[in-house]
This record gives sequence, structure tokens and C-alpha cells, in this order.
Amino acid sequence: MVVPLEHYLGVSVALFALGVIGVLVRRNVLVILMCVEMMLNAVNLAFIGFADYFKAVDGQMFVFFVMTVAAAEVAVGLALVVAIFRNRATVYVDDLNLLKW
Amino acid sequence: MMMDYVWLIPVFPLIGFLINGLVGKKLSKNTVGIIGSAVIGLSFLVTVKIFFEFLNLPPGVKAVEKTVFTWISSGAFTAQAAFLIDPLSLVMLGVVTGVSFLIHIYSVGYMHDDPGFYRYFSYLNLFVFSMLLLVSANNFLLMFVGWEGVGLCSYLLIGFWYEKQSASDAGKKAFVVNRIGDFGFLLGIFLIFWTFNTINFREVFDLAAKYPVGSGVITAITLLLFVGAIGKSAQIPLYVWLPDAMEGPTPVSALIHAATMVTAGVYMVARCSALYVLAPFSLTVVAVIGALTAIFAATMGMAQNDIKRVLAYSTVSQLGYMFLACGVGAFVSGIFHLMTHAFFKALLFLGAGSVSHALDGELDMRKMGAMKKHIPITYWTFIIATLAIAGIFPFAGFFSKDEILFYSLVDGHLLYWGIATTAAFITAFYMFRAVFMTFYGEARWDHHHVHPHESPPVMTVPLMILAALSAVGGLIGFPIIEGAHKFKEFLAPSIAPLHAEVHHAMSFEIIMMIFSMAVAAVGIYTAYKCYVKTPELPEKITEKFPATYDYVYNKYYVDELYDATIVEPIKQGSDFLWKGVDDKVVDGAVNGSAGTVAWLSGVLRKLETGFVQNYALAILIGVVLVTGYLIGR
Repeated sequence: MVVPLEHYLGVSVALFALGVIGVLVRRNVLVILMCVEMMLNAVNLAFIGFADYFKAVDGQMFVFFVMTVAAAEVAVGLALVVAIFRNRATVYVDDLNLLKW
Repeated sequence: MMMDYVWLIPVFPLIGFLINGLVGKKLSKNTVGIIGSAVIGLSFLVTVKIFFEFLNLPPGVKAVEKTVFTWISSGAFTAQAAFLIDPLSLVMLGVVTGVSFLIHIYSVGYMHDDPGFYRYFSYLNLFVFSMLLLVSANNFLLMFVGWEGVGLCSYLLIGFWYEKQSASDAGKKAFVVNRIGDFGFLLGIFLIFWTFNTINFREVFDLAAKYPVGSGVITAITLLLFVGAIGKSAQIPLYVWLPDAMEGPTPVSALIHAATMVTAGVYMVARCSALYVLAPFSLTVVAVIGALTAIFAATMGMAQNDIKRVLAYSTVSQLGYMFLACGVGAFVSGIFHLMTHAFFKALLFLGAGSVSHALDGELDMRKMGAMKKHIPITYWTFIIATLAIAGIFPFAGFFSKDEILFYSLVDGHLLYWGIATTAAFITAFYMFRAVFMTFYGEARWDHHHVHPHESPPVMTVPLMILAALSAVGGLIGFPIIEGAHKFKEFLAPSIAPLHAEVHHAMSFEIIMMIFSMAVAAVGIYTAYKCYVKTPELPEKITEKFPATYDYVYNKYYVDELYDATIVEPIKQGSDFLWKGVDDKVVDGAVNGSAGTVAWLSGVLRKLETGFVQNYALAILIGVVLVTGYLIGR
């Protein structure tokens, strides 16, 4: 069965939009991180779709890179969240406004 | 080549200045004094050697120019560091180095206990360097360098005891007043270059000869130059700095404010005689200012009690005589009086210094008296100088002053002569008033604390040498006998004559001399009557005319007048510029722009909410806009 490119891209856009909205509206840092992951995976999906469409492996290769970066990012991000929580006993971005004027 | 080493004359004092100024602090006082005096002595020897070489020049050669290097060369403008050796500059070089040498030696004794000894000698050396540059330069610009140099040294030395408020004020006053004159001088130099395209003396004078008599531009140039002379030589209306300049050490007054610097204006007018004879109007201005200054300053000298101030007003008055001489075209007589005046006025100042040295620094004549037997050498030399300035035959001042009186009558106007003769009477009066108050009468000093003593030989020997010069120095300008006026003969090539020499009847000259001597004698007798025979007489006179006395005693309130009309308005104007313009406008603009930026920042910083998601939204909007633009392009 051949999945057409439009389907790949449709799901990818939907996922990416979900991720963006999540990053912008959710207040919990953990959820925001998860939404970031979702945006990355939406991109991965687009890569896969194009790789299938052009019959080239470059796209799949890029997916591995993105996954690696995503893993590293989550590691650092979670570590920061833990550190913040220890310091301020909260993971809500409303309370993390030290950079305010 | 002969005279190639003329540059040594100013360079010796410069070396002395450098040594004393840079390492003088570490040297002993004796070394400093010896170096300071020796460099001037060397300059004097070189001057004498050049003088004799000059006499041996082939006839017809009137002047020699020696270029050391080209100083400025810019387009059509060139200025050379070069020396002009001619009779006029030789006379000035001789007077400056000779008198300076004696005063330097005197200073070794006079300043011996001063902690600023090395500073004093380095300034003095720098002064002599500048003065020698002034009188030996071959162009207006180099002359101006010397002109400013002597002004600077005058400032430094008037304010030598700068811890004293009055001394540093006097220095400032001299500097500021001189600036006014220098501004005129500088404009004159600009006009000269603009007109003639050169600033070399001889080239300018050659080119000027083509202009008609009374041409506007020459008149303007000469008037501007004369403004410079008024400032430097303390003539009306810029004479006010000279009496205050007496705050400096006495040898400084003798050297700078009597013998050399203040005569620079006279030298400059004589040097530019070729220009002045083309401008009859300027000559009239010179003569009128000279005559007025002569009598005005003389009357002020009558009522002073500070011996140095008497001498200061006397200097102003004598400078007036010199300008009067120049104004009627008798430039030679002006320079002649300049020379004899340098001798006797330096001697008078040094004598006054010696008196105050004997009385622990006292300068008020009301606290002197009966000094004759305590300091005989000072007394006798002072008497010789006083006779010279009063114009008694055969002392130096007689010949030069009589010549000025003579020419002011035959080449000038009866009025000039009348004023000058009256001033001569007053001069004789106030000088002998000073002598009687200082050396005669009762001793008015404190007998318990002051023990007058004669000065050491290092001070009295210069006095004696100057006394000898004051006594016989006038003989080189002996009148009446044909060919006896060696000075005029020597100086003639440097001076442009106003008209051909007119021969006057011998009897007329002799009558003039006898008359001027009689005037001086009456002045002396009046002083004798007032201050020795009937000491209560002056008091009676002042009581009779209290307003007049008050007016004269306070120097006609000229200082107060200048304060009210010039100094105060300038102060108020400056005050307005400070508190109104600077504080409000300038500072307001600066503070205002800073305030605007601060206010704007206050508005803009609200953007920094501290919410991460706001930033993320901004990024998203940015990305959308950029992408949209790229796609929709």
C-alpha cells in the first residue's frame, strides 16, 4: 500500500500545530517540553514522507540526527526542570519570570 | 664667515634656562647663581665681539642677516629663524645683555635666602633668551615669539611669590592687559603679510617705500603695531598693569619692568620707523599718547608712598617720553633715552632693592628716612641715578631727555614741549621727594628691631657699575658740537628719517638746555623745600586741596574706572554665560537628551515581560512573517 505524500504532510502539519499551541498556551514546563518533542517529531514525519516520495534515504538519515538532538535536548531540559523545581518548588512558567523588567 | 655665531647670543641664556630649570633643584645656590649669570655674561661677550666686527665691516654695508634655518615654509609664506644685525639691534643687544648681566649678579645677593632661587634664575634666563630673540629677529613673526616669551616670563616673575594673593593677581593682570596689546600687534602682522606678502623687516620696508605718504593701509598697520606697543610699554590706556607688577622681586622690576621688556614697544616703533614716517597720522597718535602718558604718570608718581611704585610710575612716564620722541620723528632720541633710561632706572630699582634689603623688606617710604649714613654706597649711586633721571648735566639722562625736549619743540608742537617740560619738572620733584624721604630727615623705622646694614659687594658692585654708566653714558650722544653725537651717527642707518636734518643755531640749543636744567633744578628745590626744610608743608597743601590730593593719591581712580566699565561687565557677561547659557542651555540639552532616552527605555522595557511564552510567540510571529514574505515574494 502506498501512502500518498499529502497524508504524511497533513498529519505532520497537524502535529506541528498542536505542538506550537501547546508551547504557547500550556503553563507546565514538562508539558511544554513534551510539546517541543511533538514539533520535532512532526518534522521527522515530514522528512520520512519526502524520503518515501523522492525514493531517497537522505530524509531518513536526517531523522536519526533529529532524534539524537531531541534526546539530548530532553536530557538537558529535564535536568533544568529538576533544578528549577528544587530551587523554587514550582514547574509553572507563570512563576518563572525572573527576567521580567 | 664673520658673525656666523650670532645665534650663540640667545642660545646661551636658553642653555642656562634648561640647566637651572631641569636640574637646578639639585644644584647648590652658588652653582645656580654662577650658571645663571655666566650664560648672560657669555652672551654679552659675544655681543661685544660682534659689535667690533660690525664696526669693521666695509663702508656701505648697513646690516647683516644671518639665517640659522627656515622655520616655517608654507606656500607663499616663509618665516626664517634668522637674525638681523644692524646698529639698532646691536644697541638693544648690548643694553639687554649688559644690564641683564649686572642684574643677574645683583640677584645672587638679593635672592640668596629665597627657597625658589633656582626657579628664579631659570625664569630670568628664559626672559633674557626671549628678549634677545625679540630684538635680534629679522622678521615680525620671530619678533612676536620673543614678544610673547617676555610676556610669559613677566607673568611668571611678577607672580614669583605666588603664595601671596596680591602677587598672583598682579601677574594675571599684567598677562591679561598685555594680551589686549598683543592682539593688536598680531593683527598688524597679519595686515603686513596680507599687504606685502612677506614678514621680513627689510623686504617690508623696501616695499612700503613705494606707497604714498599717508596711505590708509600703512596707517592701519602702524596703528595696530602701536596697540601692541601700548600694551607692552605700559602707555595710556593700558599702563595699569605696570604699577601692580611691582609685586615681583625688585631685580625683576629693574630688569623687566624698567630696563628691557617695557622698552620693547619703543624698540618696535623705532624698528618700523620706515613705516611710521609714511603715516603722519600714526606718528601724531604716538606723540600724543606718549606726551599724555608722560605727564599723567608723573603726577601719579607724586603721591605714592611705596618707593617701588614711585619708580614704576616714573618708568611709565619715561616711556611716554620715548614715544613722544618717536612720535615727532626723533627715533634716535627715543632709543637714546631708552638706553640711558635702562642704566639709571635699573640702578634706581636696584638701589630701592638695596634700601629695602637694609630695612628687612620695607618698601613704604614713610617708614624710612635718615638712611644716608647707614648705606652710603647705595645712597651715592641712588643720587647719581636720580640726578640722571632729573636731567642734570652731565649725567646720562640730561642728554637724552634734553634731546627729546628739543625735538618735541622743533619738530613737534609747542604743546608737546610744554607737556614734556612740565613732566620733567614733576619728575625732578617726585624723584627727589623719594630721595629725601628715604635718605634724609628723621629715621622713621623701628630702632629696636631693624638694624640697617649695607648690602654685600655682590649687590653693591653692580650698583657702582650702573652708576658709572648713568653718569657718563650720555656722553656718546653729545649735542651741539658737529660730529660729537656718536650715537646718532651709529644708529642712523637703521632709522628712516622723517625729513632731512635741519641745522639749528647753537645758541638756541644752549638756551634750551639751560632752560630744561633750570626746570629740573626748580623741581629739586621744591622737593627740598617740601620734604627737608619744612616737612609740614606737604600736609598743609593736602589739607588745602583734599579732593585733588585724594584724586591723585588714588591714581585718578583709573583702576576703579576700568573695573566698573570693563572688568565688571565682562564678569557679569561671563556669569550669564556660565549660569544662563552653560548651566541651562548646554547642560539642559545634554541632560534633556539623556532624560528622553531614559523615558523611552522605560516604555520599551515593558516588552520584557519575563514570560517565556511571550518570547516564544514573538519568535513564531517572526518566523511566520519572514516565511510569508519569502513565499509571497
